[in-house]
Amino acid sequence: MPGPYATVKTSCPARAGTVPLLLLGAGLLLFAVTLLDAAWRGNDNGLASSLALVAELGLTDLALFTEARYTRHLSQADRHTAFQDHPLALDHFPSGSLVPPPQRLQQP
Amino acid sequence: MSHFVRRQRYLIDFTVASLGRRKGKNLGLLGVYTLIVFLLASVMLFSQSLRREAGLLLENAPEVVVQRMVAGRHDLIPADYLERIGKVRGVVAKYGRLWGYFYDPAVQANYTLLVPRDRDINNGEMIVGHGIARTRGLGAGDFISFRAASGTTFSFRVAEVLAADAELVSADLLLVNAADFRAFFGIAAGMYTDLALEVRNPKEVRKVAEKLTVLLPDTRPILREEILRTYDALFQWRQGIVFVLLAGSLLAFVIFAWDKASGLSAEERREIGILKAIGWETADVIRMKFWEGALVSLGAFLLGYLAAYGHVFLFDAALFAPVLKGWAVLYPQFRPQPFVDGLQVATLFFFTVFPYTVATVVPIWRAATTDPDAVMR
Repeated sequence: MPGPYATVKTSCPARAGTVPLLLLGAGLLLFAVTLLDAAWRGNDNGLASSLALVAELGLTDLALFTEARYTRHLSQADRHTAFQDHPLALDHFPSGSLVPPPQRLQQP
Repeated sequence: MSHFVRRQRYLIDFTVASLGRRKGKNLGLLGVYTLIVFLLASVMLFSQSLRREAGLLLENAPEVVVQRMVAGRHDLIPADYLERIGKVRGVVAKYGRLWGYFYDPAVQANYTLLVPRDRDINNGEMIVGHGIARTRGLGAGDFISFRAASGTTFSFRVAEVLAADAELVSADLLLVNAADFRAFFGIAAGMYTDLALEVRNPKEVRKVAEKLTVLLPDTRPILREEILRTYDALFQWRQGIVFVLLAGSLLAFVIFAWDKASGLSAEERREIGILKAIGWETADVIRMKFWEGALVSLGAFLLGYLAAYGHVFLFDAALFAPVLKGWAVLYPQFRPQPFVDGLQVATLFFFTVFPYTVATVVPIWRAATTDPDAVMR
């Protein structure tokens, strides 16, 4: 049975800002990690095979959009590709809305 | 200094507790805010990475490609054009290229057939890109049959599969030798798809192109710098298009955030009145609200950016794949290289964190400078 002078343990309530500040700190740390990761991995080492293949085969385009010939080799496309069937045949491939005409065709 | 830091800590504690009293509303705001930053950052990181990769890879593309145009369309070019080009000064090498497309009805995919210059491939054999090998379930030693231009069936043995980490440039490639290529497409011996030129001095490339258009008026030279510019413009264009598509949701968010940040609820006005009545200074109230805006917007920025980084560079931008794929059956599996442009991240930070923080502070300043009694009423 506790006497009149027994010590009573009191605990301070946790400060409300501690957890959010720690989380923000962790977020900032991870942000710094992404920058380091980009500096570390973001070189052309990972592209060695692709670089060699482009040089060997003389490739001119990325194989990103393989659905139509003018999106597959968009740097080699000619003026008729989007209207290949007749003059009013508008582009019907979804990639066509994502790729602009080749740069040289936009010059007057 | 420590007094200043302690003061800010207490203000942050109070701000967090105050945010916690309207937990649902604030978490909802943080969620939407994070999603907006995630979408913007994903588009930005993905486009930037692809732009850098295209720039690095296509540095090795041919310096000049010469296409013959017939009635405005790309046509086969006779081999004797090589002789006529031979007189142009500065051109150190020139060769004909054989490549073309083949539509495979079996998987409804377009392939690119190409004849390599320096690689020996036996008759009846082909080297296939990793994308095709995956789609058709092919491996070295397997056979694959295609219907040729003449209507006969050609059977090729797969000699090799190209490296998986080169899929970005070779997913749909089929490499065959020149004799098989010509027989398959029915192309006569003296014809090429186009010509490629190497020029000794890069400064002379434009001059060479000008001479070519005079020498061979029915041709069109395509320079490497134009190829690079095309890809640079492509990714800027796409980033722009996605941003335009996102503009509606962005505007909705701006209105929502502005309303939330700048319009004070009766409860918040009462809170400010009480704080002022118990002795808080106007500057403290503004600091407290600054921390509220900064914590929410910085938290949303960090969460959104980190999620976007993971999405693009760890999960291969899986959410964008269906958009990029279009109707294509063959889509390269590639992991974008992590390139981060500091200026773009700083711009994203400025446009996401700064406006919200300002929008929180301004109305508070107005409320906090008025009489507490009037505010509480």
